[in-house]
Amino acid sequence: MNIHEYQAKGLFKAAGIPVPEGKLALTVQEAVDAFETLGAPIVAVKAQVHVGGRGKAGGVKLARSADEVKEAAEAILGMDIKGHTVHRLWIEKGSDISKEAYLSVILERSEKTISFIASAEGGMDIEEVADKTPEKILMFGSKDYSFPEEEAKKAAEELFGGEGAEGALEIMRKLFALYIEKDLQMAEINPLVLTGSGDVIALDGKITIDDNAMMRQADLGDLRDLKEENPAELEAKEKGLAFIQLDGDIGCMVNGAGLAMATLDMINLYGGDPANFLDVGGSSNPEKVVHAFRFILGGGNVKAVLINIFGGITRCDDIAKGILKAFDTMDIDVPVVVRLAGTNAKEGNELLKGSSLVPAETFAEAVQKTIALGKGEKA
Amino acid sequence: MSILIDENTKVIVQGITGRDGSFHTGQMIEYGTNIVGGVTPGKGGQEAQGKPVFNSVQEAKDAVGMDATVIYVPAKFAKGAVQEAIDAEIPLIICITEGVPVNDMVGLYHQVKVKGLKMIGPNCPGLISPGKSKIGIMPGSICIPGKVGVISRSGTLTYEIVHALTTQGIGQSTCVGIGGDPIVGSNFRDILTEFDKDDETEAVVLIGEIGGDEEEKTAAYIKENIKTPVFAYIVGASAPEGRTMGHAGAIVSGNVGTAATKQKAFREAGVPVANTLDEMAAMVAEKFSKA
Repeated sequence: MNIHEYQAKGLFKAAGIPVPEGKLALTVQEAVDAFETLGAPIVAVKAQVHVGGRGKAGGVKLARSADEVKEAAEAILGMDIKGHTVHRLWIEKGSDISKEAYLSVILERSEKTISFIASAEGGMDIEEVADKTPEKILMFGSKDYSFPEEEAKKAAEELFGGEGAEGALEIMRKLFALYIEKDLQMAEINPLVLTGSGDVIALDGKITIDDNAMMRQADLGDLRDLKEENPAELEAKEKGLAFIQLDGDIGCMVNGAGLAMATLDMINLYGGDPANFLDVGGSSNPEKVVHAFRFILGGGNVKAVLINIFGGITRCDDIAKGILKAFDTMDIDVPVVVRLAGTNAKEGNELLKGSSLVPAETFAEAVQKTIALGKGEKA
Repeated sequence: MSILIDENTKVIVQGITGRDGSFHTGQMIEYGTNIVGGVTPGKGGQEAQGKPVFNSVQEAKDAVGMDATVIYVPAKFAKGAVQEAIDAEIPLIICITEGVPVNDMVGLYHQVKVKGLKMIGPNCPGLISPGKSKIGIMPGSICIPGKVGVISRSGTLTYEIVHALTTQGIGQSTCVGIGGDPIVGSNFRDILTEFDKDDETEAVVLIGEIGGDEEEKTAAYIKENIKTPVFAYIVGASAPEGRTMGHAGAIVSGNVGTAATKQKAFREAGVPVANTLDEMAAMVAEKFSKA
C-alpha cells in the first residue's frame, strides 16, 4: 500500500526524523489559510498523489504571498498527473537548501536484505543515477534486523561531508527502525537536505507498506486514500479475489496467479486484448464466482469472457456449479467460454451441458474461441 | 529417482488440526507420504488423521523424529512456526502459507542458510516425487513417475505443465513449486543444483515469472554450472508496470523484472524458451523422441 508524502512525513515526524512544518489543504481557501498560519515568507504548494514526477508535471509550486498561494492552489487542485487527479495539497514552509542527497531503505530481493541506498546525488530520479553514475550510489544491508552501524557511518560522511554527518546518521538510524516497526517495503527521502544552518531534514517522503503486514498494522490502514485506488480492485480484494482492471475487451477468470498471467499472455499472443487480471483463488465457493463475474463485467467494455480453470485441489464440478449459479442470478449477455481441466473436469463439463456456455478442451482452443466470439465471429 | 523427498522421508505437519492442515494431511497420507505426526500448540496428546499431535516441533522431534516439516498455519503465525522448525533443525522446511509479511522472511531466510537447512516457500504448493511422496497441496493424480524435473513459482502452472507432460507419456522425477513471494527459501538455482546431482533426471522444465532478477541469475548459473538440459517459460509479458500480479513477487518495477529481459537472459545462456506451455511440452517430447 502506498501513502501520500504528507502522511509519510507524519510517520517520519513521529519517529523523530526532522521534516519541514506544513499543513494539509483540500481547498484553495484551506491552502491560503495554511499559508497564513505557517507565517513563512515562502511556502511550497505540493500536489499529493501516489505517483512520481510531480515537479516536472507542474504539481509543485513556490509561493511568496497569499495571492500566489491562491493562484498555485487553483492551478494544482484538480490537475491530472499521469492519470491521478489531485485532491489534496500539502503547504509547507520553504527550506534553505545548502545540499541535497538521496536516502532510502528498501527490501533488496536479490540479497534478501533490508538495505540502505544512499547517494550524494539528491533530488534526482535514483534509477537515473544508478544508470549513469552507479559509482555514486552506496548500498548496504542487514540480514538480521540490526542497524548496519559501520557502513551507515561511512555513508553519512559521504552524503554531506563532516558538517551534516551526525544528522544524517541519526536519520538513517530512525528511518531503519521505522521501516522494521511499521513493516515497510520502501521508505525514501529524496531529497534529504542539509540546510544553511547545518540541520539535516527530510524534504520529501515516499513510503510503501507491505500489504501482507496490514493484519498487524491496522492503524496504518487509515492512511489508505480510496481515491488513489481502483474501487473495484479494493472490493475484489475484500472478497478474496486478486483483480486488476486492464483496458482490453476480453474478460477472464482464472484460478492461480501464474495461470492468470499465462492467460493474459496467451490472449495477447493470439491477437486479443485482455480486460482484466483475475485470480479467483483456490476456493470453489460459488459466491466467489458470482462476485468475479460482477467485477469482470463491471468495466463495461467486455465483449467475451474466458474462464480458465485447472483443478488441483479445487474441483472443477464445484466451479461449474458456481458458474451456473452466476448465470442464474445475473444477466450475462456476452459469450462465455469455459475450459475445465484437472480434478473432476469431466463431471464439471457434464454439468455445463445444455447451458449457453461455450466449452473448450484446451487452453489454446479456449483463448482462440473467446477472441473470435468477442469479435462477433463464430467460435 | 527424485530429489529432496522420497518414500522414506518422515514428515510432520505444523498446523495439523487446522482446516487446511487436516485436509491436506489426509491427502498426503492417501498418496503414500510417510506422515509421522503433527504439531498444534495446546493440542499435544490428541490425534489428527490417525497421527499423534505434539505441542511443539522439538517435542515431535524427540518423540518420532522427522526429515521434513510442512507448515499450514495462518500468515500471522507463520514466522513463529518456521522459527520453531529452524530451532529444532529440521533439514527440510516447507511453508505453504500465503501472505507472510516479507520482512519476516529476511531473518528466517538467512537463519536457514547459516544452519545448513533447506526451505521451500512460503506461498508455495510444495513438492511431489510422483509415486513416492508428496508434501504440500499438489494433486498427485496428474503426475506419473519419470525423468523430467519441474520447477515453478506457481501452483496452477505446475499442474498445467505436468498435465501436458503426463498426457504425452512423459513422467516427472520431482515437481517443486518454489513459491510466488519476493523472498523464498529456495530459488531456481538451489533446486536446479539438486536436479543436476540426480542421475535419473534427464531434463528440467522451469517456469518463471516477472519480478526481481532471479531468472536472470539462474540463466547465468545454468550456463556455468548445470549440465542437465533446461527448458524455460516465463509468464507475465502482458503485465502492466508497477502492478502486483496476484503473487506478491510478480511485479515489474521500472524496467527491472520484465518477461523480455528474462527470456533474453535464458536464450543467451543457451536455454530454449517456449512461448506457451504446449510448446514447452512439445520441446521436451522432441528431446525424448530423439534420445
